[in-house]
Amino acid sequence: MDWVSAVVQGTLLGGLYALFAAGLSLIFGVMRLVNIAHGDLIVLAAYLGLSTTVMLGVHPFVALLIVMPAMAGIGYCLQRGVLNQTLGDDILPPLLVTFGLSVIIQNALLEGYSADPQKMSAGTLETASISAGGLTVGVLPLLTFAIAVAVIAGLQFMFYRTAMGRAFRAVSDNSDIAQLMGLNKAHVFGVAMAIALAVTAIAGILLGVRTSFDPSVGGARLIFGFEAVIIGGLGNLWGTLAGGVILGVAQTLGAKVDPGWQLLAGHIAFLIVLAVRPNGLFPRVSH
Amino acid sequence: MGDALLSLNALDAHYGDFQALFGVDMEVHAGEVLAIIGANGAGKTTLMRSISGLLKNAAGQVAYRGQQIGALRADQVAAHGIALVPEGRQLFPSLSVEENLLIGAQVGRKGPWSLEPVYQLFPVLKERRHQASTTLSGGQQQMVAIGRALMANPEVILFDEISLGLAPVIIKSIYDALPDIVGEGMTALIVEQDISKALAVSGRVYCLQEGRVSLTGRTQDVSREDITRAYFGMDA
Amino acid sequence: MSTRIARSTPGARAAMVIAALGLIVLAAAPWWAGRADMRLLGEIYLYLSLAVLWNLMAGYAGLVSVGQQAYVGFGGYMLFALTMFAGLHPILAILLGGVLAAAISVPIAALIFRLKGAYFAIGTWVMAEVFRLSFAQASSLGGGSGSSLPVDVVRSLADSRSGREALSYWLALGAAVTVMACVYLFLRSRRGLALTAIRDSEVAAAGLGINIWRTKLEVYVVTSAFTAIIGGLIFLQKLRISPDAAFSVNDWTAFVIFIVVIGGIGTLEGPIIGTILFFLLRETLADLGTIYLIVLGLVAIVIMLKAPKGVWGLIRSRFDLELFPLSYRVRTDAPDKGA
Repeated sequence: MDWVSAVVQGTLLGGLYALFAAGLSLIFGVMRLVNIAHGDLIVLAAYLGLSTTVMLGVHPFVALLIVMPAMAGIGYCLQRGVLNQTLGDDILPPLLVTFGLSVIIQNALLEGYSADPQKMSAGTLETASISAGGLTVGVLPLLTFAIAVAVIAGLQFMFYRTAMGRAFRAVSDNSDIAQLMGLNKAHVFGVAMAIALAVTAIAGILLGVRTSFDPSVGGARLIFGFEAVIIGGLGNLWGTLAGGVILGVAQTLGAKVDPGWQLLAGHIAFLIVLAVRPNGLFPRVSH
Repeated sequence: MGDALLSLNALDAHYGDFQALFGVDMEVHAGEVLAIIGANGAGKTTLMRSISGLLKNAAGQVAYRGQQIGALRADQVAAHGIALVPEGRQLFPSLSVEENLLIGAQVGRKGPWSLEPVYQLFPVLKERRHQASTTLSGGQQQMVAIGRALMANPEVILFDEISLGLAPVIIKSIYDALPDIVGEGMTALIVEQDISKALAVSGRVYCLQEGRVSLTGRTQDVSREDITRAYFGMDA
Repeated sequence: MSTRIARSTPGARAAMVIAALGLIVLAAAPWWAGRADMRLLGEIYLYLSLAVLWNLMAGYAGLVSVGQQAYVGFGGYMLFALTMFAGLHPILAILLGGVLAAAISVPIAALIFRLKGAYFAIGTWVMAEVFRLSFAQASSLGGGSGSSLPVDVVRSLADSRSGREALSYWLALGAAVTVMACVYLFLRSRRGLALTAIRDSEVAAAGLGINIWRTKLEVYVVTSAFTAIIGGLIFLQKLRISPDAAFSVNDWTAFVIFIVVIGGIGTLEGPIIGTILFFLLRETLADLGTIYLIVLGLVAIVIMLKAPKGVWGLIRSRFDLELFPLSYRVRTDAPDKGA
């Protein structure tokens, strides 16, 4: 039963990893940008949530009402002010600029909040659990997973069923011709980053409620998100969820063998997939 | 001649160090169909890209309804009512046929064109509206590209290489549809390899040679010899 | 009027002479510099080496890695493991660490070369994490808290403290000179030419019959080996190692990237200028702590956006200088003003 429990816990953890990955996946899909600062932006969102809950005395989930628009605004300005200038055939500028951004965010958070670990309190939600058939599952992990599924379904709907999603796909296909259709790609990219960072806000709040965090943990979140994307297959959001689940399960099973093996087991699962199926388990089928 | 809808004033165009257009002057009047002819490399496509804003040019070089639009981005030019049917169709492969048409309406201009009129013009597209645009034949793709441009309800439509690479029967059906398009009061610039086809539908003709205008005139006034000389740059 | 094609320029020859003189002065540092200055200089040489190596990968081979700390840490740990358990002399252990790093880098490359562009970068980071977590599991090397180099191993270098410090200083200087010479000669060789061709156009290079994958692999393996050797020297200076210090992304990758970006990526001179600027900034701003790192990040971003070829690129475009003659020039001997 312990092992079954570990698999269930890992699956639910995978929802959080899918949320780390979803924003990464979206911006890569729209503008072929890989944002090295993505993990640090997740941590930034967690700190914004922390400040909001402390200053207004509200529940972390209520803080989302402030953190999501704030992160979306940061995303839009960041994209139009800085990142749009790095896009082109050369991969170095976006990589190095977002790397610089990562260092700036990390150290700005250190300056503002110190290196002490912080945590957000979600009240009774944190300890609540449901038991069924000998399995006990926390309500918070369950809720996290449900939110991940909802976010991915929402992104999927937005990308394939709305005018905004159409614009994203058109700009991604051929930004010159899309521009002829009246789409300003600088703005479209800005909106894509805004949406990606709004998702990041959700991920950051859930991270901060689940575990303690400090300014240095962004890199690992980037890596988890990245591994979920590659395991699932580039350009497939449901695949990303599956990738997150595989990563989460590998980690909880690894931790079951030896606590020191938790992260290592996740990385090994990623490397095995990379060795066996370099395009991921569920690569997008081109129409 | 101050009443031109679209006018080019000493338009230059560059790709890096290479100059593709040299001081092109052009006046386009509302409702006319203009043929642009010239050999490969004469600068026809560059001209289309310059007008539509895909190539940046100096502010004073392109005027539309008296406004300087030379320095605008392509999306801003499109919002003024100038649409381009690009060379090689250039549909969006991730979008279905209908989505390709819908994205043409993104500019948000009001007018007679919407999905239904486009489907009436090219009925085959309605049958295939949910297919991926990449599964269509070249001719059908050209229909989508034209329909996509019409969806923007432009005042000026630019056709770059309207029939290049298409089967004769398809070319005929596209030319058959042309009167329905320009009959709506639209102004059209047609870049065409097939000179006789171009002359048959146009009121005036511009010939480009090595980036310069080598001939301009009313279609019925220019002779074969004039065109041959302007086209190849030698005496016939 | 005769024309000839040459790499060397008077400027470059003058630079060579100055460099040779400078090298003699630097080699004599144990006789004129204080203990703290020598430590700083040693650190500068090792950072310069890391920067030159990272620049070879990212600036010339297009392999943008954010995981070179994997090899820095590996080299460091090999120094400790091979001296402690195999009883090797530290210098031998460091060199053998380089060989082992080369061996281990081949299967790693086979895996992460499947990732393209920026995803390759994150893949290298994952590998570095795997290294860090694995060495943290090695209880004989102190596990997560690390260990110190045993006194008898330290003694085997030289009897006196000043002798050890001079030796580790010379090793660092020698490593920097070796790395720079090797990279310079490599770039001048046929292989280096192939690399430049790949950087300019992968498609065209493939058309010329250059095996891109193999060329990149060679660069990756050689760079990894040298990086591990530098890592060994770094921890020979520190005498203490732990997983977090050995595999630090900030210390061994972020700073190195800043050095190369600020100095000028894809140029041989860039890492030198970058290292000098980096240490000047550090020595003047280090008291500011995190602010210093924020400034560094901002400077790197601004340079990447406004002057992608870095400070050296700015100097070069203004004065047409090249200290390490790599590009060919057509020069006209006769001083007449032809067309």
